Amino acid sequence: MSLQPAVLGSGISRGRRARNRAAVVLVYLAVVAAAVPLGFVMAYLIEQGGRVLTFNFLTRDIPVSARTRGPGMGPAVVGTLLITGAATAMAVPLGVLAAVYVNEYGKKNRLAAVIRFLADVMAGVPSIVMGLFIYTVWVLRFGFSGFAGALALGCLMLPIVIRSSETALLLVPNDLREASTALGARPSRTILTVVIPAALPGIVSGALLAVARAAGETAPLLFTIGVVTTTNLNLFDGTNTALSTQIFGNATQPFPGGISRAWGAALTLVLLVFVLTAIARVIARRFTVR
Amino acid sequence: MSTLTTTEPPPPLAPPPALGRRSSLGDRAFRVGALACGLTVLAILALIAVATTREAWPAVSDQGLSFFTSRRWAPSVEIYGSLAFVYGTMVTALIGLALAVPVSVGIALFLSDVAPRRLRRPVGALVDLLAAVPSVVYGFWGVTVLAPAIVPVYDLISDLTSPIPVLSTLFAGPSTGRGLFTAGIILALMITPIITSITREVFDTVPGAQKEAAYALGATRWEMIRAAIFPHSRAGMVGAVMLGLGRAMGETIAAALVIGSSPQITANLFASGDSMAAVIANQFGEAGGLHRSALIGLGVQLFLLTIVVNMAARVIVARSGKYR
Repeated sequence: MSLQPAVLGSGISRGRRARNRAAVVLVYLAVVAAAVPLGFVMAYLIEQGGRVLTFNFLTRDIPVSARTRGPGMGPAVVGTLLITGAATAMAVPLGVLAAVYVNEYGKKNRLAAVIRFLADVMAGVPSIVMGLFIYTVWVLRFGFSGFAGALALGCLMLPIVIRSSETALLLVPNDLREASTALGARPSRTILTVVIPAALPGIVSGALLAVARAAGETAPLLFTIGVVTTTNLNLFDGTNTALSTQIFGNATQPFPGGISRAWGAALTLVLLVFVLTAIARVIARRFTVR
Repeated sequence: MSTLTTTEPPPPLAPPPALGRRSSLGDRAFRVGALACGLTVLAILALIAVATTREAWPAVSDQGLSFFTSRRWAPSVEIYGSLAFVYGTMVTALIGLALAVPVSVGIALFLSDVAPRRLRRPVGALVDLLAAVPSVVYGFWGVTVLAPAIVPVYDLISDLTSPIPVLSTLFAGPSTGRGLFTAGIILALMITPIITSITREVFDTVPGAQKEAAYALGATRWEMIRAAIFPHSRAGMVGAVMLGLGRAMGETIAAALVIGSSPQITANLFASGDSMAAVIANQFGEAGGLHRSALIGLGVQLFLLTIVVNMAARVIVARSGKYR
């Protein structure tokens, strides 16, 4: 039901019409101003990354020296998947349950309002602070590991998951809760078998967006996972590596070999994030009951 | 009939009517478990404040007040003043806002009221894409493509503005391409999606009746936007801008790559500078002892600064009551 202005043209002074036209042109220019840089970034990324992105690139070990040319980002691909996966496994259940408390138990409760407010505040904490935080409480004691990186990413994801799950729970019609209660179900049963299934598409798409955000993050991993050139499947022992930190590390070096690998890693990372985002959007659009 | 229960929604999970059964142990355990998960947010925030402050304390107590007031940062002689980084953070974030806010408001208006229907989805997807590109990719592009390419533009601007008093200081040459303004451009790209999406949600809450009323009075589209949309959305827009500010101040990697890394306070926006987050990212790896502690101290300052900005933003947005 997009509204349209009344017939333009009849009886509208030239000045008003010109001002209106100028405003509409400016609005279109704003869209162009955002689209052009994005287009440049994507074109350059695809051009540079496309040259090196092969199966070998995704599976081989990273050359020890940044001067070496040729493929290899396998350990970073594995590291990104493992670390982000572990962060998801921690942050999503925690975040969903927190949202359940805020939305299902705490409707009129001060504490729930405080938790919601703090989740908003936490969402604004810079990712590098999360990295420093895990450095001080974990890395100083137990050293670099993939798990430390997962903790930092989990801290970053938690507030995003809480907010999106809360929105999803809010969209569940109250009739469902009442019907379940009327059938004699206890609150926990109502939540687990009625409310959460009904909200699941929203929860899943919100969680995927959080995963996409976390997968692309660099700052929380800089001082938590260390660096390694071979695949480390053990999250708890030894240093690890990720696509984002590899890009950052190589971007500051002057070696063409490292730079081209960084573009390959960038294209891989962007594709990964886009796929996650697209799946989230499809789920949200397909299944959300409005 | 059940019409009464639907017109007057009861609290969502009122305890089930007592049918001889009390709420069970499992039920209570679930509730407590959910509460515990909610409280982790509180615990993490408190722990961040305590743990980072403790690690930062050696540097802060060693440097005293000059940690906050000095602009000199010289790790080789153990002098750590953070003022230049605070300045760089604020300046780059403000440049980012100045560039991103008009664009974001424009896109939000486009999506809410101006766009023909068939353009809405592609432009919405464009904003999603802009948000989905990781910051390290923007930074990498900024340092390899944008910084070298923008030098002639900066040179032209500084030539053109050289006779004008204030502008000649702000846009003085020569530039290497890496600096405060370039960082601001990259930050603008990154905060545009967040400001757009919140502003758009605010615009969507403007009652259709008000827009119709404006049109019925013969308003053009622009007059409708000024008379119906902007007054209704002012608080929400301020909140959106402040959330963008918080995001820009905390953005690390892109700034670290393009800001030029020199701790100086200069009015020349084309000169290189450094921001709190960027200096942490660039120096932490090689830092030890007091240097490392001072960097964590910068992190604490950044944490406090962004928390203040974000809290203020949330309060403004919540007060406006239009956007949740």
